[in-house]
Amino acid sequence: METTKQPPLFYRLWNDKETRSTIIQIVTIALLFSFIFYLARNAVVNLEAIGKGYSFRFLSDPASYDINQTLIEYNSRDSHLRATIVGLLNTALVAITGIILATILGFVFGVLRLSKNWLINRVVYVYIEYMRNVPLLLHILLVHGVVVNTLPKVRQAISIQDSIFLTNRGFYTPKPLFEPAFWAVVIAFVIGIVFIIWFKRYAKRVQDQTGKIYPVFWIGVGAVIGVPIIVFFLAGSPLEWDIPALKGFNFKGGMVLRPEYLALWLALSLYTAAFIAEIVRAGIQAISHGQTEAAYALGIRPNRTMQLVVIPQALRVIIPPLSSQYLNLTKNSSLAIAIGYMDIVATIGGISLNQTGREMECMTIVLAIYLTFSLSISAFMNWYNKRIKLVER
Amino acid sequence: MSEKQQYAPGTHPSLPPPANTVGVIGWVRSNLLSSPSNVILTILTVYFLYVIIPPTIHWLFLDAVFTSSSRAECREIEAAAGMDRGACWGFVTKRFGQFVYGYYPDPERWRADLAFFVLLASLIPLLWDKTPKRRQCLYATLAAPFVIYWLLTGGFGLEPIATDKFGGFLLTMVIGVTGIFFSLPLGILLALGRQSNMPVLRIICVTFIEFIRGVPLITLLFVASTMLSYFLPPGTNFDLLLRVLIMVTLFSAAYIAEVVRGGLQAIPKGQQEAADAMGLKYWQSMRLIILPQALKISIPGIVNTFIGLYKDTTLVIVIGLFDLLGVARGTLSDTNWQALSTEVYIFVAIFFFISCMSMARYSLYLEKKLHTGH
Repeated sequence: METTKQPPLFYRLWNDKETRSTIIQIVTIALLFSFIFYLARNAVVNLEAIGKGYSFRFLSDPASYDINQTLIEYNSRDSHLRATIVGLLNTALVAITGIILATILGFVFGVLRLSKNWLINRVVYVYIEYMRNVPLLLHILLVHGVVVNTLPKVRQAISIQDSIFLTNRGFYTPKPLFEPAFWAVVIAFVIGIVFIIWFKRYAKRVQDQTGKIYPVFWIGVGAVIGVPIIVFFLAGSPLEWDIPALKGFNFKGGMVLRPEYLALWLALSLYTAAFIAEIVRAGIQAISHGQTEAAYALGIRPNRTMQLVVIPQALRVIIPPLSSQYLNLTKNSSLAIAIGYMDIVATIGGISLNQTGREMECMTIVLAIYLTFSLSISAFMNWYNKRIKLVER
Repeated sequence: MSEKQQYAPGTHPSLPPPANTVGVIGWVRSNLLSSPSNVILTILTVYFLYVIIPPTIHWLFLDAVFTSSSRAECREIEAAAGMDRGACWGFVTKRFGQFVYGYYPDPERWRADLAFFVLLASLIPLLWDKTPKRRQCLYATLAAPFVIYWLLTGGFGLEPIATDKFGGFLLTMVIGVTGIFFSLPLGILLALGRQSNMPVLRIICVTFIEFIRGVPLITLLFVASTMLSYFLPPGTNFDLLLRVLIMVTLFSAAYIAEVVRGGLQAIPKGQQEAADAMGLKYWQSMRLIILPQALKISIPGIVNTFIGLYKDTTLVIVIGLFDLLGVARGTLSDTNWQALSTEVYIFVAIFFFISCMSMARYSLYLEKKLHTGH
C-alpha cells in the first residue's frame, strides 16, 4: 500500500500564498501594537516619574514673551495659544508670499533657461546650480547677514517719497486704514470674480456653438480690477494711509517687515525658484515640437497655440512637482528659527516649549499643524491630478 | 573679361557658407543677436555681469587678505597696502583644524583621517565598475562602516571618544554618509511595502511615509532631541548624535521610498507576470527582475535625495550639534573674527557647492552609462 507522507502542517500553511500573507500580516500587527504599547507605557511611566501629565491646559497661561513681527494684536500677556496663532500666521505669511515670488521667478528663469540666447542661458544655469547645490540654511544666513549688514541704520534710512523706509531694522511701509465704505470695493471685487468665472464658461459655450471668440482675458481684467477701482472712487476713496515717521530711535506707525522676514522670504523664494525653473524647463521640453507644428498646420495662431496646445499639456507635467515644491517651501520655512523669525516652530515649538517644559504637547501641536497642512494639500493635488490625467486606453 | 564658367545642372561645387554665418561672428549672430529681443536681453545681461563680476572678483581675490591672525590685522594690511576693503580669509587657515574635526581631541585626529581614507577606499569599488576583483572588494566595503565606527568612537584598544566631540566636516560626513548608507535599503523596503498586496503592510508603510514627508526635518530633530527620551525605558539615555542619525535616516528613507515607488510603477506589469510564470518567488523576482530595472530609472531621484540629505545635515545646528556650518558660525563669535559672516558663509557655501555638484555629476555619468534604451 502506498502512503504519501504529508509535510508538517506549518510547512503546508506557509506554502499557501493566501495563508502565508495572512500569517505575515497578523504577526506584523502584533509586533506593531506591542511596540506602540511599549512606547506608550514608557511614556506614561516617565511622565509620572517627573510628575507631568499630558494636558493642553498650559495653552491658556500667559506666554510672557514678545514677538517682534505679528499680523494680529499680540503682547506678552497674551496666552500661549495666541502666541501659537501668531506663529502660525507668520508661517502662513512667509509661505504665501514666498510661493508667489518663487513661482514668478521660477517661471521667468525656466523660460530664460530655454532661451536661444547663449549668454542669458548660461547665467541662469550658473544661478540654478549655485542655488541647488548649497544648503538652504546657508542661503538664509547669508541673505540675513547681507540684509542686516548692508542696509543703513535707522537715521540714514533709504526712503522713497518719505513714506516707505528701508533700514536694517526693517522695511517700513504705510499701513492702509479701511473705512466702512471700503466694503463696497471688496464686494465689487468678489462679484467681479464670480462674473468672470461665469463669463468664461459662457464664452466657451458661444465659441463651441458659433466659433466666435470673446477677449476673455481683458474682460476679466476689467471686471476684477477695473470695476473695483471705479467703485473705490465712487465711494469717495474710503482708504487712509498711516505713514511711518521717525520718532526717537525708531519709526512709529505704518507697517513693518522685519529683516528676519525679508531674509527668510528672499532666501526661500530664490532657493525654491531654482527648483521651479528646472521643473518648468522640463515641462516645456516634454511637449514635443510636433504639437506646435500640428497646431500651426491647422492654422492656429502662435499665441492661441501656446494657450490652447502647449501650456495645457506642459501644465500637466509641471503641476505635480510644482505643488511638492510649494509644500517644501512651506516646510522649509521652519528654518526661520535659525535667524529668529517667529514662525510656528519658533513660538510653540521653541520658546513656549522651553518655558513650560511641555515637550510632548508642544511637539504634538507643531507636528499636527504641519501634517494637517501637508496632507490636505496632497489630497487636493491627488484629486486634481486625477482630474487632469490623460485618459488612455 | 572672363567668361563665366558653365556647369551642367547639379555639378556646381558647393559654395563656402556666407562669412557671417560661420566662425565667431556667426556664433555671436545666432546665439546672442538673433532677434531684437535677444539683442536687448544680451545687452542687459552683459551690463548685469559688468556690474556684478568685477567688484566680486576684487572683493574675493584682488583686495582680499589671505593670511592674517585677526580681522583687525586684515584691515591694517589693507590700509598699509592701500587696497580697497576686501575679504579676509585668514580664519580658514587659522581654524582649519576645527573646521575639519570640530572638537575631536588633537592627538587622536589621525583616526579621523584614517577613517576618511577607509571611506574613500571603500567607495572605489562601489563607484568605479572597473575595479580589479570588484566582488571581493565589495565585501570589504561592507566591513568598512564597522571599521570607521571603531576608528571614530574608539574602544578595543583605542581611546574612547564621546560623539559630542565630533564636529565640522567630520560630523557633516558622519551624518551624510550614515544617512545615505542606511536610508537606501530602508527606502527600498518601504517602497516594496507600499506596493505590496498585503493591506496591513501597505497601510503601515503609507502612514509612515506620509507622516515623515508631511513634517519638516527640523521638527523631527526637535522630537529627537526633546521628546524621544520619554519613550525609552526610564534611566536610558542614548546619544544625541545617534538619535539624530536615526531621524535623518528615517527622513530620507521616506523620500527615497517615494522615488523608488516611481521607478517600480514605471516597470511594465508584464515583467512581474513573466517572473511569476518562470516560477520565481517574490524576493527572487524582485532581486533579479524588478529592482534592477526600477532602481536604474530612479537613480537621478535617489541621488537628488542624497544631495538633499547631505545639505540637510546643516540643520543639526538648531539642536546644538556643530557640523561644518555650526563650527563656521562659531568662528563669528570669536572676537578675532567677528563681523566676517559673509566670508565665513561663502567659504562653507563653496565647500557644499563642490561636494553636491560632484555628486550630481556622478549621477549624470551613471545615468549615461546605464542608459540602454534607444
